[in-house]
Amino acid sequence: MTHQYPALTTEQKKELQEIAERITAPGKGILAADESTGSMGKRLNPIGVENTEENRRRYRQLLFTADQRIDSCIGGVIFFHETLYQNTDDGTNFSKLIKDRGIVVGIKVDKGVVPLAGTDGETTTQGLDGLSERCAQYKKDGADFAKWRSVLKISENTPSELAIMENANVLARYASICQQNGIVPIVEPEILPDGEHDLKRCQYVSEKVLAAVYKALSDHHVYLEGTLLKPNMVTPGHSCPTKVSHEEIAMATVTALRRTVPPAVTGVTFLSGGQSEEDASINLNAINNCPLAKPWALTFSYGRALQASALNAWRGELSKENAATEEFIKRAEANSQAALGKYQSSGSGTAAGKSLYVENHAY
Amino acid sequence: MTHQFPSLSPEQKKELSDIAQRIVAPGKGILAADESTGTMGKRLEKIKVENSEENRRYFRDLLFSTDPSISNCVGGIIFFHETLYQKSDSGKLFPQVIKDKGIVVGIKVDKGTAGLNGTDGETTTQGLDGLSERCAQYKKDGCDFAKWRCVLKISDSCPTSVAIAENANVLARYASICQQNGLVPIVEPEILPDGTHDLLRCQYVTEKVLAAVYKALSDHHVYLEGTLLKPNMVTAGQSCAKKFTPQEVAMATVTALRRTVPASVPGICFLSGGQSEEEASLNLNAINQVPLNRPWKLSFSYGRALQASALAAWQGKTANKAAAQEAFCSRAKINGLASKGEYKASGSADQASMKSLFSASYIY
Repeated sequence: MTHQYPALTTEQKKELQEIAERITAPGKGILAADESTGSMGKRLNPIGVENTEENRRRYRQLLFTADQRIDSCIGGVIFFHETLYQNTDDGTNFSKLIKDRGIVVGIKVDKGVVPLAGTDGETTTQGLDGLSERCAQYKKDGADFAKWRSVLKISENTPSELAIMENANVLARYASICQQNGIVPIVEPEILPDGEHDLKRCQYVSEKVLAAVYKALSDHHVYLEGTLLKPNMVTPGHSCPTKVSHEEIAMATVTALRRTVPPAVTGVTFLSGGQSEEDASINLNAINNCPLAKPWALTFSYGRALQASALNAWRGELSKENAATEEFIKRAEANSQAALGKYQSSGSGTAAGKSLYVENHAY
Repeated sequence: MTHQFPSLSPEQKKELSDIAQRIVAPGKGILAADESTGTMGKRLEKIKVENSEENRRYFRDLLFSTDPSISNCVGGIIFFHETLYQKSDSGKLFPQVIKDKGIVVGIKVDKGTAGLNGTDGETTTQGLDGLSERCAQYKKDGCDFAKWRCVLKISDSCPTSVAIAENANVLARYASICQQNGLVPIVEPEILPDGTHDLLRCQYVTEKVLAAVYKALSDHHVYLEGTLLKPNMVTAGQSCAKKFTPQEVAMATVTALRRTVPASVPGICFLSGGQSEEEASLNLNAINQVPLNRPWKLSFSYGRALQASALAAWQGKTANKAAAQEAFCSRAKINGLASKGEYKASGSADQASMKSLFSASYIY
């Protein structure tokens, strides 16, 4: 590691950093609308809607045609490949529609998880083959950022060193390739919330995983100012008997990030995992009120936590589309407030909330 | 890396964090007075003073018994082993003199560099043997922080990955052991300024070295909130034909740190390397004016850059004691201001025009 062979020109770096800053501008976050065809099936089934291309198109349309109220809340939208080439009823391409209203277009580029043989059900993520050519095409088709999801899980023996190292490496390769093509990579090392582990365990694992991720990004010469991080919040496992407050989640999360994510990273856009819409907003708000120095934007990249109510209101009916869009706008506005630390959910006073922050040396 | 086996209790963490915060309180930095006997010889030879134990004691006493207001700009002082057990003219042990002024006492604990065989003159640093017991004793004797210096160099083939990995690892072992004994470890991965390389090359190497250091600290379960970093500033090599302004040095330095040093590290105290007293102050000042988010304190841990004038004024003569102390105080105050970005060198423009010298168009 003696000599630099610059991976990016000054102009390329500038472009990447500006894109990242636009996505995570104050009060803005990301709508993760990149559910694969299979995942969309899981969303449409419960509301009795058939998983057809047309229904998927109609559903994304009611999100993308929301009125100007979302322009100050949504900095970027992540697309699935199919959606990038679909149109509104009057023939406007979705990507163009989003871009024209000043929202950055993103694209999911990974090709799903594959098993790591010899581990306890751990995985890596595929999608590197031909990725550079695909990115170049996506850039032409309007995308300025991409997303790639790696997955880790907590159990007695996991995550293993191999799983941590392999996923960190594959994320770094993906990030490097994206940047070569003018695309800001969102780096997503998700640690699943499944399990009985407590908050401390999740924090410990998150710190180890993120340390490995940023070492790999350094090794692969990735330009951090032109990246975003999409991590899990630090929470107890779903089956953990001990419940914790929003402030404890916030303190554990911010502490873990402060110990691992270099200040040069432009923004951290949390995934919502299995959280309810309201919890995802309250937790994000608590994170932004955590009394520790936080040198990156802390915002959302939510899928279910922005769309659950909208899906429920829609149920596939034409007459319910406006109501569904309204539900989406409501959550977008709530999360925008949360990203500024100003969210007031009915029933929780922010003043009382602040005093619940436990000192971080306990973490 | 599946389970945590906590290395420190919450009380131990709080103590370490509090010590670190005290050392880098706003406007304060570190006096590195830990020159080994041999190194002190080099300093004293320049002013034709004999390198005797008494002369070394006298000079440190001169510094330590300066006006108590020194504690407004000095948060910590690093000692060499011998000095920890010497006394002031008034008969008080030096650690007590320092503590009475509200300044934190630190101790150099490494035992110098050792060659890495098969490399082009690269080194690691020794001193881990029995370190835990030594730290426990130093803690009893009044120390609350420690310092360990690793050295890397830039050349056509250096630093190599083995030098980077080995030094990062040994720094992490040292840090882990210190914390077990209630001492805040100052982590010093110095990249020497010798060479013809330019600013960009130094920045690149610094980023790689610091990334390795913080990965090693994570692997060794070191509590970052209870550590300090003592890095080189990012500068061109001393023999580089091109010269760079303090603003360029500052921007390259802060950029490198932002890309590698987690926000949980409370403070970064630069070494002065071969810089003159004024250069070291101007650069530190410029660093504290860089218009980028800097979540850690950016201060000084200066040896020569705090003592050169004092040594020159002293010349080994007791009659010059007050003048020497005045010279030391003056540099300490200036660096205190520089650590807040408030130092105005005579003839230099004000803050506003200084800021405009940070060209936004140069992306590092």
